[in-house]
Amino acid sequence: MTVVVRTIARVLLPLSLVFGGYVVMHGHLTPGGGFQGGAVAASGLAMVVVAFGADRLAKKKGLLSVLESLGGVAFAALGFLGLGLTFFANVLAKTGGLFGNPVPYGPNPGDLNTAGTLPLMNWAVGFKVLAGLGAVVLLFALFGGEHDR
Amino acid sequence: MNRWLAIAAFCLAGGFLIFGATTLRPFGEPKRTEMDDYFNRFSQPEVAANNAVTAIVFDYRGYDTLGEATVLFTAVTGVALVLRRLKK
Amino acid sequence: MIGNLPFVVCMILVALGLWTLVVKRNLVKLVIGVGLIESGVNLFLVALGYVQGGIPPIYTYAPADAPMVLPTPQALTLTSIVIGVATTALMLAFAVVIYRHKGTLDARKIRELRG
Repeated sequence: MTVVVRTIARVLLPLSLVFGGYVVMHGHLTPGGGFQGGAVAASGLAMVVVAFGADRLAKKKGLLSVLESLGGVAFAALGFLGLGLTFFANVLAKTGGLFGNPVPYGPNPGDLNTAGTLPLMNWAVGFKVLAGLGAVVLLFALFGGEHDR
Repeated sequence: MNRWLAIAAFCLAGGFLIFGATTLRPFGEPKRTEMDDYFNRFSQPEVAANNAVTAIVFDYRGYDTLGEATVLFTAVTGVALVLRRLKK
Repeated sequence: MIGNLPFVVCMILVALGLWTLVVKRNLVKLVIGVGLIESGVNLFLVALGYVQGGIPPIYTYAPADAPMVLPTPQALTLTSIVIGVATTALMLAFAVVIYRHKGTLDARKIRELRG
């Protein structure tokens, strides 16, 4: 692509990644969550693929695959964390530790340090969706090129 | 001939769809079920999350989300499997 | 009052997707038709849970004493959207492979079994 597109992609990539991270991190307080934030960040990855060409990113395919598997494993492990009570029980909520603050009932300004395992699961699913959609876009862009397997 | 048959079938199906939509409950007045009231009232005391939708997706119906993640993983695996170069 | 107009609009979207599936023969256009049906169904699910004058089911800076819309259809629509993305990606991958093997995207020319 041309210089204009490359420059704009360089400027917009950190912005879209940060916005995706914000949507994931505030998933239990504002509209959003792991899937939406991951999709936002993956759109930034797709922009990089379009602007710089897929061949320069061909080596990153293994990294994306590992990241997706790690996200899935982390999500399942967080589900197994509550196995003493039930599967997917929220063992971290309202304990006072990590993400353990109690929430006042009714409308409130919101506290980031609440909701137990939900933010951790949001991060796991966010990384999973980011890596999965990025890998799909990268595979489509690589098909037929010189780095085709 | 075949084409006209298909278009007739489409008209029948589309007519039923739109007729069915006009005979539903009125828009904006859904039946208040116990489940939805429970989620709205207890997502704060039980899960300590302000966002009831996230509380449902990751806590009350976490098993559902596990299946969803499996579907996404399977789709990525399928795309990677299909889009490889076959030996001539 | 707008009555049942939102439901009718969703069903018109589903019907447009069905029309695409019936009439078009290009594989990519068929994928677009399936995507239209998915969008219509997702909109229908979200519209089913709307309460008159309701706010989103989020307590952060929520106005007091306002009714909240039903949260369960929204959560299930989230699941539905992700599965829609997965199926769309798989269908497009199959379309790409079929084009490489057969050299055409016409759904009538790529049939192998003729009866």
